Amino acid sequence: MKQAEEILQILKANFPDSNLELKTDQPTEPILVASPLEIDKLSMFLRDSSELLFDSLMNLSGVDEIKANLLSVYYHLESTKLKHKITLKVSTDRNKPEVSTVTEVWKGADWHEREAYDLFGIIFLNHPDLRRILMPYDWDAGYPLRKDYENPEFYQGMKVPY
Amino acid sequence: MGFLDSEFTDGNIVITKAEDLLNWARLSSLWQVSFGLACCAIEMMATSASHYDFDRFGVIPRPSPRQADIIIISGTVTLKMATRIKRLYEQMPDPKYIISMGSCSNCGGPYWEHGYHVLKGVDRVIPVDVYVPGCPPRPEALLEGLLKLQEKIRNESMIKKTA
Repeated sequence: MKQAEEILQILKANFPDSNLELKTDQPTEPILVASPLEIDKLSMFLRDSSELLFDSLMNLSGVDEIKANLLSVYYHLESTKLKHKITLKVSTDRNKPEVSTVTEVWKGADWHEREAYDLFGIIFLNHPDLRRILMPYDWDAGYPLRKDYENPEFYQGMKVPY
Repeated sequence: MGFLDSEFTDGNIVITKAEDLLNWARLSSLWQVSFGLACCAIEMMATSASHYDFDRFGVIPRPSPRQADIIIISGTVTLKMATRIKRLYEQMPDPKYIISMGSCSNCGGPYWEHGYHVLKGVDRVIPVDVYVPGCPPRPEALLEGLLKLQEKIRNESMIKKTA
């Protein structure tokens, strides 16, 4: 079992060029901030390293941080063998939100990433099947959970507002 | 006086209008499309089960819209589902009836303002005969809704369809 600080040190030793940072100023579990295009390599290491063994992606969610002009993805990881947890965060530019996919690392990330794409418009690079998952396939009115989203007046001839 | 009541007063001979006979036959075996949407569908299934026994009113679930008379819209109608519901309704043969069950399918319910994905009332795509209020309605409420629909069908005329 490892604390977030130890996990950060292990990562820093193995990825000396990466810009990693641990945020502890929030009343949550510590959050490890990483770069969106390196998250796949980082995740693979987190899963396979014998000291870490993060075999389970508990949750993957998108967040719209409109004031900072960012779209973020949070990853909640757990090691079912070593019983420790970590939260990862990556942030991308709201105008070009691109994050590397982690479906190669955890198969369960597939639909989570599709949901984040569907509702926030985050593009997961190299995702095997990046389609909408909840909204209709022909939905062209944008991404509903973005803070600046506005619902369309009509969808396929049906009035949408109350 | 009901259609059957006269059987017992007039010595086994029933004289009635063809219209009444047809209406009586229709309202006594309303086969519903085997179709449920959300939590209301759980109540609808409870209504079908032995305790409330929908079958005593002639309502049995039919797993094909082509052999059904009634569709109970039991739950939240999302925009994605609305197009499918419309297709199901169009596949049903006439005469066909619709019960809208619960706040969501009546008017959008709790999703009326921020539900970007919810159709605010199924009557925006198909014509509803009876609205059953509740969130979700108890089985008794759905039974009451069915009785209201039967009342409507009982008074239908061949010239003018009212339900």
